[in-house]
Amino acid sequence: MNRFLWPLVGFAALVVLLAVGLGLNPRDVPSPLVGKPAPAFSLPVLGADRQFGPADMKGKVWLLNVWASWCVSCRQEHPILVELGRKNVVPVIGLNYKEVRGDGETDMAKTDAATEDRLARRKAAGWLQQHGDPYTLSVLDLDGRVGIDYGVYGVPETYLIDKAGVIRMKHTGPVTPDDLTKKILPLVAELNK
Amino acid sequence: MMPRARRLVVALCLGVAALSTQAREAAPLAEDPVVEKRLLAITAELRCLVCQNQTIADSNADLANDFRREIRKLIAEGKSDQEILDFMVARYGDFVRYRPPVKGTTILLWAGPGVLLLIGLGVLIRYLRRRNDAIPDGALTPEELAAAEALLASRNDSRQDANPQ
Repeated sequence: MNRFLWPLVGFAALVVLLAVGLGLNPRDVPSPLVGKPAPAFSLPVLGADRQFGPADMKGKVWLLNVWASWCVSCRQEHPILVELGRKNVVPVIGLNYKEVRGDGETDMAKTDAATEDRLARRKAAGWLQQHGDPYTLSVLDLDGRVGIDYGVYGVPETYLIDKAGVIRMKHTGPVTPDDLTKKILPLVAELNK
Repeated sequence: MMPRARRLVVALCLGVAALSTQAREAAPLAEDPVVEKRLLAITAELRCLVCQNQTIADSNADLANDFRREIRKLIAEGKSDQEILDFMVARYGDFVRYRPPVKGTTILLWAGPGVLLLIGLGVLIRYLRRRNDAIPDGALTPEELAAAEALLASRNDSRQDANPQ
C-alpha cells in the first residue's frame, strides 16, 4: 500500500504546483513602486500649452493610465475606462507613452523633436476622438523616460495614487470590468475615506 | 531572354535590400568603446521585461533600446555599476536582475534545488538501506543446511540414474 501511496502523493503535489504555476500570469511582475511616492515628472499636456505633474493632484485619489494609440490591448480596456470616466468617481490621468516611437512606423532618425511632438499630438488626439476620451487630461511622454521611472514595460498599465501621492496599486495589462469592481474601485473608496 | 532579365532584376532587388538592412544594424556601433563595454556587462545582468527570457544585452526590443539609452546616460553621469543596477531594481523590482539577491522572497529560488536534491538523496539512501535489509545474510541455520544437503544428495542420485554405467 505504502509503495503506491508515496509516489501518488508526490505526483499529486507536483500536479498542484504546476496547476498553480499555469494559473499565474508571468507578465504580472510585482512592482517595487507600490507603497512609494509616485515619481515626479513635468510633461506637456495633450491639447493644451502647459505642463502637468503628479504634484498637481495632491489631495486627490487618482488613476494614472498608460496608453498609446498604437497599443492594441488599450483598445480592449478603453470602453471600460470611458464608462468609468462617465461615472465621475475617480479622475483618470492618461500617460501617453511613446506615441510616435512606440509603433516603429516612423523613422526617428529623420524626425526632429518639433515634428515628433506635432505628430504625437495629432495621432493621440485623433485616437481619443475616435474611441472616446475618459481622461481628465493626458500628458505626452514622447521618449518613454517617465515610463521607465514608473517601471512601465508593457502598455496598458494603470496606477492608483492616493491623496499623499503614494502609489497604492499597479495593474499591468488591460483593466477588465472585474478588476475595476473588485480591486480598483473598492480601494479608491477606501482611500477616499 | 525575358526570364533572365527578370531574374537579374530580382537579384538586384535582393542585393539592395540586403545592403539597406546591414546599414541599419551598423548604426549604434559609433559610440565610446569603454562605455559600450560597461553597458554590455551591465545589460547582460538585466532581464528584458518584454521578452522575459532574454537579457537586455541580447534583446532588440524597443524597451531594451530605451534601457540601453538610459544606462548610457547614467554611465555618462559617472554612476557606478551598482548604482545603475539599483536604479533598475528600484523601478522594475528584483525580477529585472538575472541574479536576484538572496532574501525572504527569493530564498525558495536559491535554496529550492539544493533542498530537492537533499530530499532525493535521503529517499534514495533509505530505499537502498531497506532493500539491503530485505536480503538475508549468507549464514544458514542447521536445518537449512541439512535440507540443502539432502537436496544435493537426491540430485546426485537422479543423475546417476539417468546415466547408468
